[in-house]
Amino acid sequence: MSAFIGIGVLRGMWVTLREFLGTYPVGRALLKLLGQPTGHGLFTIAYPEKKQQHAERFRYFPFLVYDGTPDNLRCVSCKICEQECPPACIHIVGPEKDAQGRPLKRNGRTYPVEFDIDTSICMSCRICVDVCPFDAIEMDNQFELASTDRYGSMVLNQQALLKPNEYFQKIKPTEAGVVDQRLAAKKPKAEPAAPAAPPTPPTP
Amino acid sequence: MTLPPALASLDQLFVNGKAALLSAAHRVLPAWAMPWVSILIVIGAIAAVAPAIMMYLTWLERKIIARMQNRFGPDRVGLYGLMQPLADGLKMLIKEDIVPRGADRLVHLLAPILSVAPAILLFAVMPFGRNMVAADLNVGLLYVFAVSSVGSYAIFMGGWASRSKFSLLGAMRSVAQIISYEVPGVLSVVAIIMVTGTLSLTGIVEAQAGRWFAATPWGFVGCLMFFLSGVAEVNRTPFDMPEAESELVGGFHTEYSGMKFALWYMAEFLESFAICAFTVTFFLGGWQGPAVPFWPAALLGAAVIGTARRLPILPKLLGVGAMLGAAFLWGAEAVPSWMWFFAKTYALVFVLVWFRGTLPRLRVDQLMGLAWKFFLPLGLMNILAAGFWVWFPFPFGTILSLGLLLLTAWILVRANQPAPTERRTYILAD
Repeated sequence: MSAFIGIGVLRGMWVTLREFLGTYPVGRALLKLLGQPTGHGLFTIAYPEKKQQHAERFRYFPFLVYDGTPDNLRCVSCKICEQECPPACIHIVGPEKDAQGRPLKRNGRTYPVEFDIDTSICMSCRICVDVCPFDAIEMDNQFELASTDRYGSMVLNQQALLKPNEYFQKIKPTEAGVVDQRLAAKKPKAEPAAPAAPPTPPTP
Repeated sequence: MTLPPALASLDQLFVNGKAALLSAAHRVLPAWAMPWVSILIVIGAIAAVAPAIMMYLTWLERKIIARMQNRFGPDRVGLYGLMQPLADGLKMLIKEDIVPRGADRLVHLLAPILSVAPAILLFAVMPFGRNMVAADLNVGLLYVFAVSSVGSYAIFMGGWASRSKFSLLGAMRSVAQIISYEVPGVLSVVAIIMVTGTLSLTGIVEAQAGRWFAATPWGFVGCLMFFLSGVAEVNRTPFDMPEAESELVGGFHTEYSGMKFALWYMAEFLESFAICAFTVTFFLGGWQGPAVPFWPAALLGAAVIGTARRLPILPKLLGVGAMLGAAFLWGAEAVPSWMWFFAKTYALVFVLVWFRGTLPRLRVDQLMGLAWKFFLPLGLMNILAAGFWVWFPFPFGTILSLGLLLLTAWILVRANQPAPTERRTYILAD
């Protein structure tokens, strides 16, 4: 075929024409009629109107998990995550103490006075989640956090960070199942009023 | 049903519209002013249409390229991104105009203006439709080549005045390329002058009634040669040496910003439109077309507008109404000549963009080799082939010219095979 001048050029041009036609329904029908491959179609997602379905393991910034009500948060203010955070974006004040300096307890646990994460510093490394002995901090997949205020709203406080365990189970069912199983195994048997049992602990 | 004379014929809509405007002006203006008014109307129409064509060529190009790359292209500003060219124009207008230190300020300013002026001047002789030409020069063909080659002065002026190595290199490449490709460009239309015996573009179009020149052997070769030389002359991919982004930053317009930069782009797009239009005029029958009735075209337009998913209801109704109204008024007429012209021209514009979406840039020596070692001998033989075609009676002339062209192309391809490179041995390397 290379005896004819321009055959290679025409073949290349047919490839681009096929991709062009393949992005329109009419063009795809035409290509099917001709028995040609229909190209790859449109890759772009018209973002604000349509959103990409991201993977379950996609992670962005961390959040704090609570069981049932917001004052029943799992965090005991041990500050391990604050120590371990490589860019030092976590800031914890606590635990809350009484007048004599003894730590106050709520639901049998100490709790932080302040818990802030500066999302303009956080690098989404997930080390805080790995080091937390109480499974109190987990990675969120919410990424639409843009704001015009650099120092105010980019720093998430405890109110903004607190999210229920049900939310965790919804966004990351596999990971939440493992965590719930682990917490249920740790829980002392004498306490029947346990938080809701995991829905279906998957076998890892 | 009686229509006003301006609306009597769809084919002559614009011609009659101009006549109506003139007669309206004649009521208030003296007789000696009428030629000036006539000229002003034509200049006004071209000055209004040319930038609009350029703006929407950028939109069209971005859309088509995007689809070839499986993207949407501009679709944020307005419906289907139709306001994008306006937004870009506004951005260009309010951008800072930077002139490099040490640049020749006057020439730097003049160059983009000098590049746009010939591009718009080309529109003066473009036969848009039957009787629809601003100036039917009897040396129209000569005018086309004379005016379009002024653009190379502008490019070199811009590159020289910028005082930048990238600009100067781009400008020098550009001059070499434009001068080289003018030769095969002119040679390819010599055959047309031989066959039609006229230099007037209207005469050339009328000579193609019933048979486009692209359907003859010499016309087919001439059409390819003229179109490809034109692509090279307006510096478009795959011949975009003068502004090769990856090699020369931006080529001759590296040091331009703001509205001056926009003028360069305007000249480039207007010239590429003009190349498509003149290819259509010379080889693809101009405004001639088969006598298809107009109503199927109007109904097709109505169907396309009616089924457009993202169009709001009001413009949709207006568009469908306008199309149905046109079908009702002029349905029995043939598809108007200017519609054929624009349809063919935009088909060629699509081919230009298609080239850009497909082909990588040529090397400088390949580019020059194509012009001097392939197009130039082929163009000379093409003139001989056209001579055979005119001189001998029908089947013999066609066969003879076809055979001559095939033989020439075969010989040229064989003769242009690159010599096999010698196998080098590096003694010290091992």
